[in-house]
Amino acid sequence: MLIMGVMAIAIARIRDLFAVSMLSGIFSLTAAAAYVVLDAVDVAFTEAAVGAGISTVLMLGTLALTTRQEKVTGGKSKGTAAFFVVAVTGAVLIYGTFDMPRYGDPIAPIHHHVAPRYLEKSFGEVGMPNVVTSVLASYRSFDTLGEVFVIFTAATGVLAILGRAGRRRREDEIADETVTARSDDASPDKDKETAS
Amino acid sequence: MQGIVDAFAPLYAMWQSFEAFMAGPGSPGLLGYWIVVVLMMTGFYIVIAHDNLVKKIVGLNVFQVSVFLFYILMAKVSGGTAPILADGIEKYANPLPHVLILTAIVVGVATTALGLALVVRIRNAYDTIEDDEIQAVEEEEDT
Repeated sequence: MLIMGVMAIAIARIRDLFAVSMLSGIFSLTAAAAYVVLDAVDVAFTEAAVGAGISTVLMLGTLALTTRQEKVTGGKSKGTAAFFVVAVTGAVLIYGTFDMPRYGDPIAPIHHHVAPRYLEKSFGEVGMPNVVTSVLASYRSFDTLGEVFVIFTAATGVLAILGRAGRRRREDEIADETVTARSDDASPDKDKETAS
Repeated sequence: MQGIVDAFAPLYAMWQSFEAFMAGPGSPGLLGYWIVVVLMMTGFYIVIAHDNLVKKIVGLNVFQVSVFLFYILMAKVSGGTAPILADGIEKYANPLPHVLILTAIVVGVATTALGLALVVRIRNAYDTIEDDEIQAVEEEEDT
């Protein structure tokens, strides 16, 4: 996790967007390793496949369609102001952690509400040894259905945005080509005129 | 077989020292949360201090991962195992945060995809993905 901290700061510093997207992929993979250490194997699977895999591909696709280099913009004052805001927020959040239960504390309130019920009864009710799967697919199946709707909406949105943009881009290019073709046609005439 | 186990012994020792460091009496047991706060603030800084839109989305991702880590940290029980039921195991990690984060990761990727698509569209319309340049173009169009 300390490695993740270093990596996040590197992401903040580096201006080459290709390196940034690669680093964010490695960042996700490190996060997946941390999840395994923290006993969340299902989450680690998802993070490694979706976070490290698909996100990086999407990021690289965007870079291919846009640009690779981040421009040096914004004065130093903007960075300082942002750093000040971030430092204050971080200090408040760290102050908040002092009220948190200790790491791995088995008597923390989070472990005493519905979680024991899932652990004790889900095998009898759903018949799946993996509790995460049975909660995801059975007890919280409407939540998962909602997730599917979100993905569908996102996919539709991406298609709607990029489909139209791609068409306009192509029309622009066609227009550009016709313009250049015309100027090509025109230039020999001009040459002739100047020659004559 | 024993050779393989021995080969992974240093890794296992590292893991155990990590666990001891996070939960032991020497530290207040809050180190994980502090790392989460640092990650979250780094993401926040990237979002507010950088003008590049792709960089902003990467910052949002970092922020997101820090929230995921926060949940997973809370789900951890010392001495417990992954929440897959097996004979002879008494303590499991809390499965509920795992489920919530599983959903959140996938939704996060969906929103990232949408954001990146918008970036591509903005680039087509304004020919730049820098926030301040976009504003300059807009002001030019207004006047």
